[in-house]
Amino acid sequence: MKRSILHIDINNCYASIECLHRPELNGLPVAVGGSVEARHGIILAKNEIAKRFGVKTGEALWQAKQKCKDLVVVPPNMPLYARFCTLARQIYLEYTDQMEPFGMDEAWLDVTGSGIFGNSEEIAQTIRERIKEELGITVSIGVSFNKVFAKLASDYKKPDAVTVITEHNFKEIVWPLPASDLLFVGRAAAKRLGGYGIHTIGDIARLQPQLLEGILGKWGLMLHAYANGLDSSPVRRITDQPREIKSIGNSTTTPRDIKNNEDVRLVIYMLAESVCTRMRAQGFYAKTVVLSVRDVNLHSFERQCKLENPSCLSGELALKAYELLQKNYNWCNPIRSIGVRACDLMYHDDCLQLDIYTDEEKRVKRECIEKTVDTLRSRFGDTSIQRALLLSDKKLIGLDGKEEQDVFNEYGGDLL
Amino acid sequence: MKKVYVDVTASFTRDGVIIPQAIRWEDDHIFYIDRVLDIRRAAAQKTGGAGIRYTCRIAGKEAYLFLEQNRWFVESNR
Repeated sequence: MKRSILHIDINNCYASIECLHRPELNGLPVAVGGSVEARHGIILAKNEIAKRFGVKTGEALWQAKQKCKDLVVVPPNMPLYARFCTLARQIYLEYTDQMEPFGMDEAWLDVTGSGIFGNSEEIAQTIRERIKEELGITVSIGVSFNKVFAKLASDYKKPDAVTVITEHNFKEIVWPLPASDLLFVGRAAAKRLGGYGIHTIGDIARLQPQLLEGILGKWGLMLHAYANGLDSSPVRRITDQPREIKSIGNSTTTPRDIKNNEDVRLVIYMLAESVCTRMRAQGFYAKTVVLSVRDVNLHSFERQCKLENPSCLSGELALKAYELLQKNYNWCNPIRSIGVRACDLMYHDDCLQLDIYTDEEKRVKRECIEKTVDTLRSRFGDTSIQRALLLSDKKLIGLDGKEEQDVFNEYGGDLL
Repeated sequence: MKKVYVDVTASFTRDGVIIPQAIRWEDDHIFYIDRVLDIRRAAAQKTGGAGIRYTCRIAGKEAYLFLEQNRWFVESNR
């Protein structure tokens, strides 16, 4: 049966919500940006006027100010954006229970069985009107017969618009678009395809699938299916089990560059503690630790290694991450940002292979201590009990990676 | 137009509906609401914000009163 899928994208989400709450900024170029002092000074979102000046998401505030000297930069207010995105989702859920968020401000809806509200285009128009009226922000909605084309359609016309891609018109609308517009064709894949003279989605669709497989592996076959409108992936129901968690990680850009082993150890311990707290809360043990490093020239790399035993102990993770850094970094440049991630996760009640050379009793005791610390922190605040090491330089670790992560974690929408 | 937060006296019906009864202005002047004409979720486009919008008749005139999370505000010309 032919499906009716909507993809809804809130236009310039953060910037629109800020503009709604600050009517005095009406008609001005506005961007939401991180704090320069904490060195999070990049553009997180911009409004239509700022966009016309060429301001791009992700660029540094000073770069944006060069393009548009009157740019008004406002600090982000994550709880407010989260509230609006929840309100928007409540509206979507009035039309279907198949609603799959993609990031904080996007969602797919399957309205195949929602005929009492009208056909899919009518539902899209109603939702667009309601969001504008009730929340004061605009959305662009793509209507199609699969998720990939619905997403393409929502990007096709912005802001405050509905675009319909049907089985009859998709060749005229979708095929002339650049290959990079297709979901999952990133910068690297687009470059690779470009090298073979494949520039549009139509080029991908018309190519022999085997040839694409030769270029991009199994992804090639998937992209070929997507380009031909053969994506059959379902829109998840909100009652479905949440997606399986594959890794838990935290990263931070420190207020000043890290130049020595002592400082780096401090930051690694702070991140490892946050990661382990989150792992314990979800009942996980990690078998692998990944360390990511970005230096002042924005060169970044990742290194990983196995833990001797599956663990949720911050000391073990931090030590391993610190070892990784020692082995793989020669301090050619100071470090700007650092991340610790636990992956290869297993549940705490899965079977565990013990080894006779490790003092398991001590490890169990350590875990009890760390759990107690978690409880203390949840009752009396994160700073109620800390490692002495972390007190040696409060300025460097004066930021808590966990809080930021929590906001995004709830709405995190990475599909793969 | 400016956004003015106000004190509100309201009644809570047994169905869980909140009906505002009177507004206390910044200068302590009290305006009684004759009737609530409409209740809907809406954005306050003129002064910013969004919440539940009550269209009220106060002294024969229609005015919007917004409930934004747990605070009430009106859009004022004064």
